[in-house]
Amino acid sequence: MSSPNRAAAALAIAAAGLLVGGVALAIFWAPEDVDQGFSQKIFFIHVPVALTAYAFFGFGAWKALRLLSTRNSRYDLESYTAVHMGVIFGLLTLVTGSIWAKTSWGQWWSWGERQLVLFLIVFLFYSAYFMLRYSTDPGPRRERNSAVFALFGVALIPVSFLAVRIAGTILHPTVFTHDDGVAMPWEMFLAFCICLGGVLALAATFYRVELAGKRIDESLKELREQLA
Amino acid sequence: MSAYAVDVATLARKDVLLELRSRDTLPAMLLFVVSALVVFHFALPADASDRAEIGLFWIALIFTALLGLTRAFAAERDQGLLDGLVLAPVDRSAIWAAKVISVVVFLALAEAVALPAYALFFQPVGWQLVAAVALADVGIASIGALVAAMAVASRSRELLLPLLFLPLAIPVVIGGVGASVSENPASFLGFLGLYDAVFAILAWASFEYVVTE
Amino acid sequence: MTSAEKYVLAAYLVFLAAVLAYLVIIALKVGRLEQELGDLVRLARERRDG
Repeated sequence: MSSPNRAAAALAIAAAGLLVGGVALAIFWAPEDVDQGFSQKIFFIHVPVALTAYAFFGFGAWKALRLLSTRNSRYDLESYTAVHMGVIFGLLTLVTGSIWAKTSWGQWWSWGERQLVLFLIVFLFYSAYFMLRYSTDPGPRRERNSAVFALFGVALIPVSFLAVRIAGTILHPTVFTHDDGVAMPWEMFLAFCICLGGVLALAATFYRVELAGKRIDESLKELREQLA
Repeated sequence: MSAYAVDVATLARKDVLLELRSRDTLPAMLLFVVSALVVFHFALPADASDRAEIGLFWIALIFTALLGLTRAFAAERDQGLLDGLVLAPVDRSAIWAAKVISVVVFLALAEAVALPAYALFFQPVGWQLVAAVALADVGIASIGALVAAMAVASRSRELLLPLLFLPLAIPVVIGGVGASVSENPASFLGFLGLYDAVFAILAWASFEYVVTE
Repeated sequence: MTSAEKYVLAAYLVFLAAVLAYLVIIALKVGRLEQELGDLVRLARERRDG
């Protein structure tokens, strides 16, 4: 039991170091963006959080695939925990993205901001995952339905990406682009990578803690049934 | 015809015949789509643009499909037939394929009423809209048949289906509206085709996990 | 403090608040687990003695 805990502790320490260092570098060392000025600093927290959410959704789908191929219930809990964490980071992405939209062009929400619109679709989809889970009785059926739904998510992400991209050309003319085609100074990129590493380490810590908590819940339930 | 195709055809014919006999779903879908179009007329301000009307047509279509999907597994559920079907010596994905065919048939019949009604109430219907609707039907039925089977297995059946279905249907709406209003409908129709292919394959491959007990 | 600085600060604070909120959730959970485990230990003792 000590080795998983030690890994979680190491991850937490790494997260603390990388996040403090990365944020300090991002704010004080990386050059200010030519177009957006200081408000571009939100990039260093918003984008790593968004990428972490995607990583969680991908990881959850991978565990879902393992569940479907092995029928081992432990993957159900792992997939569920990953999606759970992904939704939390997704909510954070929407909030920080909204703040960025406000400071960049004075509105809390812009349908022209493709990445944010895509994220909203994905977020709605994974919120439905929770509804599916909570309204199905526990058992192999719920495990498999959740797994199939989680797998649909990784197909929905690129399909929606494409949809939002082609829709952007017609339905909502894009005025602001800061996500593509801009060469980043290397200092900015380095600070970004450190922040990304920090957020990922923090996310991995949360995942381990949450998974341990959910496993303890299950063990306790079983113990209670044994003793009753 | 291969055995698989025979199974699919038999199951799909069963669904259509069952509906013809009971008339549970289709009349409701027809009445709903026309009522929705009338409601949408009054929901639009008098000086709203034609493009807004296109959007409303797609909303009516999605919700009509949802109405049909809610009933898609109703017969199996009420009579406990789904377990029997799963035990029957057919490939489980054939159950899905048959359900997709019957849903597409019902949707096409509803649209055979909705498109002329739309042309009558709002504006002429172009070939782009017809093509987009045909492509959208396949995608809607593909994911719809799968999430409807998931919803049937849950406690809150009818409540759950729209929540599972609508986020997955957003790309269909984007593609459909885009094909109808864009000067370059081919890219949107191509996107709808891609959507159909991706989700049909995925749903076909994963359906057996959803129905197996 | 310029308005850009305020918004940047707000974004980072939201992140910090989420981390702290998670800490609160976990603290509550640990408390509940402690209580449940205590119940079960008592139950097991009663079983053994009685």
